[in-house]
Amino acid sequence: MNKTHQDTNGLARHTALFLAAALLIPASALAQDDETLTKQVELEEAPEAKGESYFDYPGMDELPEGEFGEAVRSGMEAFVNTLQHPEAKRHVGNGQNCANCHLGGGMAANSSPMWGAWGIYPKYRGKNDHVNTMDERIRGCFTYSMNAGASEAGGPPKPDSQLLKDMQSFMFWSARGAPLGENLPGRGYRSVEKPEDGYSISRGKSIYEAQCAVCHSGDGSGKFTADGKQIFPPLWGEKAYNWGAGMHRINTAAGFIKYNMPLGKANPVKKHAALSDQEAWDVSAYMNSHERPQDPRWEGDKASTAEKWHDHACLYNQEVRGHTLGEGTQ
Amino acid sequence: MQRRHRLGPLPALLLIALAPATAAANDLGEKLAKEGNDNGAAACVTCHGADGGGNGAAGWPRMAGMNADYLAKQLDDMASGERDNATMKPIASGLSAEERRAVAEYYAEMEVPAEAPGTDAAKSVLERGQAIAQQGLWRKGVPSCVACHGPGGDGVGADFPAISGQHASYIENQLTAWQDGNRQNDPNDLMASVAKRLTEEEIKAVAAWFASQPARPSAE
Ligand code: HEC
Ligand code: HEC
Ligand code: HEC
Ligand code: HEC
Repeated sequence: MNKTHQDTNGLARHTALFLAAALLIPASALAQDDETLTKQVELEEAPEAKGESYFDYPGMDELPEGEFGEAVRSGMEAFVNTLQHPEAKRHVGNGQNCANCHLGGGMAANSSPMWGAWGIYPKYRGKNDHVNTMDERIRGCFTYSMNAGASEAGGPPKPDSQLLKDMQSFMFWSARGAPLGENLPGRGYRSVEKPEDGYSISRGKSIYEAQCAVCHSGDGSGKFTADGKQIFPPLWGEKAYNWGAGMHRINTAAGFIKYNMPLGKANPVKKHAALSDQEAWDVSAYMNSHERPQDPRWEGDKASTAEKWHDHACLYNQEVRGHTLGEGTQ
Repeated sequence: MQRRHRLGPLPALLLIALAPATAAANDLGEKLAKEGNDNGAAACVTCHGADGGGNGAAGWPRMAGMNADYLAKQLDDMASGERDNATMKPIASGLSAEERRAVAEYYAEMEVPAEAPGTDAAKSVLERGQAIAQQGLWRKGVPSCVACHGPGGDGVGADFPAISGQHASYIENQLTAWQDGNRQNDPNDLMASVAKRLTEEEIKAVAAWFASQPARPSAE
């Protein structure tokens, strides 16, 4: 996409949203036109921590009072229990909560903590050639990780909506006292280099069955209570993140899995891994070799969508077990 | 797993249709619980209570309403020595595989005790315990207990037992046993890894909080 000045860009976006509302097009169809949301940029790696200590984020006993406190609490609830939050749940088109991929309620180091993210936006990135804002980043996670296109609202929360204000209040609070504009140790996920001999989906299947299925179920659908509360998040299928989410990239998911899963065994804040690099890649590839909701940037067919948006380590439009992935789930 | 009062009309009808088989299993389970057998298995009620509520002072766990597959696996493990406990070893070994299954189902079908076991821990200790149970101690990488044991700690299927409404003494004993390597029968070391990250003070607080909660049927 061409470089567009931010203002024009914002204007185009607002016009597009207005048109969508007028024509009753589901906002998800707009992901394609909404330039700010299409080019998801991979995060660069954070520097190593000096010693074992990370940024000292505030505790629950430091929650502020008053109107700002209300906003922080609401934003925290929207992050941790997205599926229950009255406003946030209207923008969730699958069975995920934000905290499912940002452990410790968005506070755990090496699990892409919000205190690490807050101070680095807005940020210009050559890769998508515009200034990326926090607002956009959150709406991006709604569009892809939460599959907002299939939600009641039909798309991510609007820029400047109360929900985005609340969520940003929470993130701002979580980063109180953190330096601005610095790539802090513990930010993002750690990267795990691709093993020399690549990866094996069938080895990944054995690892999955032995170490992951006990929580995420053999068919990847996770576990829910009878009244629909999430117990363990789904990893593939219609309730999972979609084909445009960062987690569908094998390298990104391997970095998350290695230091965060199996839950309780790995320990992100101590950089303690339960799996080897090879195992993390194998199981990440197996997890990402299943169907999930379609990429909202759909170009009309798999080949064109793959060519335009999937030039990275993923299995979109690849044949696995006799099936060409990228069909979507609906 | 399923408890009678939670079943809809269709499964309830099925239950009636299956009644003879279930009743037979229950008869055996009930007999074992109340009388034991001639093979070294003492009557369970002596320790675990007529209502399956256990005994906090003695460290005997409540079993009423817990998952049948979980209880059966524990009995199998205690019989084989996979879970090493001097009191339960002769009892579990004295039961046949069929008897272990029957008595596990008998306890699983029992109503959960109406009252929480209770605790005399101070309010500040309970608050700390609640925070550990519901939010974890992420600064050092401890997930919340409910992340695995399900909402409220009421249990998830056969693998994650209910810990709400459990006696504080028993919870403490188990967490300490995992820390010391005396209990090792958890799937993939999941519980051992978590227990080893806790201090004695944290164990006491979280155990007290779960004991202050009434047992509830699993929500899954
Ligand atoms: C399915 C997993 C998943 C879910 C659910 C998820 N995210 Fe993310 N999030 C990621 C990944 C992966 C990245 C890293 C970006 C990348 O590499 O594409 C990320 C990055 C971010 C970042 C930027 C972090 C940084 O340091 O730059 C923010 C902010 C964020 N997510 C917020 C959210 C919010 C808010 C929600 C809920 C609306 C959410 N995420 C839900 C996986 C997820
Ligand atoms: C003990 C239960 C447990 C085990 C075992 C486990 N997970 Fe998880 N997993 C969780 C929970 C719970 C979360 C959500 C964390 C949260 O919300 O705090 C999660 C989150 C995830 C996510 C985030 C993605 C999403 O879409 O929500 C991925 C990916 C994942 N697990 C992969 C794995 C893999 C691969 C394995 C095996 C190597 C594994 N998990 C083993 C419990 C488990
Ligand atoms: C003499 C007292 C005593 C008797 C009698 C007794 N138990 Fe136990 N039981 C215990 C103790 C003590 C424990 C806890 C062991 C530990 O701390 O690991 C226990 C634990 C158990 C457990 C593990 C529960 C859990 O939540 O993991 C099961 C199952 C069990 N007993 C079943 C039975 C059955 C069935 C009978 C009767 C056939 C029985 N017990 C008779 C004392 C007894
Ligand atoms: C990563 C998942 C996980 C987390 C987090 C977790 N547990 Fe467990 N826990 C397990 C598993 C699995 C078992 C079953 C072990 C078995 O089958 O022998 C278990 C068993 C137990 C038992 C034994 C119950 C019985 O009836 O014998 C207690 C007590 C317990 N956990 C307490 C806790 C407490 C307290 C916390 C929070 C500090 C916690 N657990 C957090 C996975 C977890």
